[in-house]
Amino acid sequence: MTGVLLPLLSFFFAASIVSLGWADMLIIVIYFLLVLGIGYYLMHFTKTGDDFFLAGRKMTMWIAGLAFISANLGSLELMGWAASAYQYGILATHWYWIGAIPAMLFLGIIMMPFYYISKTHSVPGYLKLRYGESSRMLAAISFALMTVLMSGVNMFAMALVMKVVIGWDINVSIWVSSITVMVYVVLGGLLSAIFNEVLQFMLIWFGALLVPIIGLVEVGGWSGMVAKIHQNFPAGDYTHLWSTLGHFKDNPMGIQWIGIVFGLGFVVSFGYWTTDFLVVQRVLSAKDLRSAKMAPIIGSAFKMMVPFIVILPGLLGLAVMPGLVGQNQAAMTGAQSYNEILPLMMARYLGPGLLGLGVTALIAGFMSGMAGNVTAFSTVWTYDIYKPLHLAATKREVADAHYVKVGRWATFIGVVISIGTAYLVQSAASIMDYVQALFSFFIAPLFGTVILGMLWKRATASGGFWGLLAGTASSIGMWIWVRIDPSALRIIAGSPDAKAMAEDMYRGLWSWVICVVVTIIVSYSTQPKAEAELVGLVRGCTDLPSEGHLPLVKRPIFWAGLILVAFIILQIIFW
Amino acid sequence: MADEKLKSDSRATDSPERISIWFFIGAVLLVYGIIILIASIPGVSSPEGAQHVMLADLHAGIWWGALLIVLGAVYVAIFRPGRKKD
Repeated sequence: MTGVLLPLLSFFFAASIVSLGWADMLIIVIYFLLVLGIGYYLMHFTKTGDDFFLAGRKMTMWIAGLAFISANLGSLELMGWAASAYQYGILATHWYWIGAIPAMLFLGIIMMPFYYISKTHSVPGYLKLRYGESSRMLAAISFALMTVLMSGVNMFAMALVMKVVIGWDINVSIWVSSITVMVYVVLGGLLSAIFNEVLQFMLIWFGALLVPIIGLVEVGGWSGMVAKIHQNFPAGDYTHLWSTLGHFKDNPMGIQWIGIVFGLGFVVSFGYWTTDFLVVQRVLSAKDLRSAKMAPIIGSAFKMMVPFIVILPGLLGLAVMPGLVGQNQAAMTGAQSYNEILPLMMARYLGPGLLGLGVTALIAGFMSGMAGNVTAFSTVWTYDIYKPLHLAATKREVADAHYVKVGRWATFIGVVISIGTAYLVQSAASIMDYVQALFSFFIAPLFGTVILGMLWKRATASGGFWGLLAGTASSIGMWIWVRIDPSALRIIAGSPDAKAMAEDMYRGLWSWVICVVVTIIVSYSTQPKAEAELVGLVRGCTDLPSEGHLPLVKRPIFWAGLILVAFIILQIIFW
Repeated sequence: MADEKLKSDSRATDSPERISIWFFIGAVLLVYGIIILIASIPGVSSPEGAQHVMLADLHAGIWWGALLIVLGAVYVAIFRPGRKKD
């Protein structure tokens, strides 16, 4: 069998960082066949709109929680943060801990009851119920557009990674991966995406876990690694999480604690984890409210452990492979780039078969991320854009099966647009920066709009719409300002020493503040909804089911408390 | 204990005819474990075959492959289709 397989697959492979053998290729082929097989199998269980768009709302807390975290754990996330750990040291861990854990717990305990009880299909759908059609449309169109463009950008970046790492032709990479994702999502909808995300999550862990384990053996444990890093880089501090954040100049990232705590830890993180439908959709698939509350809490426990397979390989790279350079310098000098630190570490430690599993982990990461984008796009397009427009045009309701059909077509078209974006980015790389920036414009203000809507019953429809619009417009305005005049960053971030990394944090913080202030001002000058209309949507107007009758170990708040304690202990250990 | 938790959750929600996701995961871990174990055996008798890998003498492929086989077999056994439910 391998006699046929090797020449067939080697056709697609050229010179690369890693060299794959028969076992590695067999593992990759089995992976592709399995995800397609799961999609085909689950097609028979996907009949209604709820099945296709919300996996029938039957997922257990474990499945919803793992899918929630897996949809975020794309391969660019794996590769990118391992590279950031090499570049900035342990500071990159902030994006996994303070930049995720508090927000995920907040989603589970505070926000999930309103998303779940309102029976919304999506985050824009919640805005429709709370604020009205205009806010829903603004959020839905921006989300749908950005999601599908981001999917294409990620696709191209992933294809580039595959070319460098395993020598896979860019076109083959784009088409094979995206068609695979499209087939299993079209067949089984969110159910298929979620099943595959859980599978992909396990493969990511089993494929990447050996790298830090063997790496720590090589360097003599954590203390040995720290000693080697200090020896290799005596001028910088790469191993402390908080103690170097007193001033922009004291750390390699050029940021200080206010930006990390309020910009990343509050606005950007809460914006992403509580309002980005890509991740929230997984939780909405839970079978009951307790499962929906537990899913983000379970996800947060795993998220807290992800630095072990992502950040630690980057730090180990600083210890055992000093001298890697940035992408531009690598292109000019031919030296190796730290952007490839994760596959370089895989090639260093993983033998036959294990290397295939490691590469499969990268591919699985890409596909779970893409499926997340595509299913979220399909749902928002169908329920929040197509359905209201169709209703307005025809003035009649149509059968549920019609929307399932539209959802399948939306999946197909979403993938086609993603592929188109991938090729567009290939011919004009700067588009990638613009698309990524575009996505960030909407996240922070959307969090302001949603959180005020859930917690403040005085917020009005006009307040919600104008706040969201003002927050988004100000975010775009600040971004353009810094592009035209780079010195504006010192005004936005409050210091001439601020670096690019600080820009997103502070821009998010300011746009959130502007959104909240405008929402409050406009709300006080317009008529609020009657309280009866806010039942199930706003805290204070909604009777939430009591958990008092449950034993302690079954209460979400108990587990959230435990995760929070573990989170605080980790901050102290790595201070 | 975690297995018990997963098992009860899975039974509570998966319709009787639908195969549990944990069965698929168990099956793929089992198959991958076998492949990795077989691919790593030559490295035990002739370590020079894996010289490009650091710490090849740890024989990570052997014990990682074995671990995957054990975990995969346990999951397949617990979540196999048609297993009589309690």
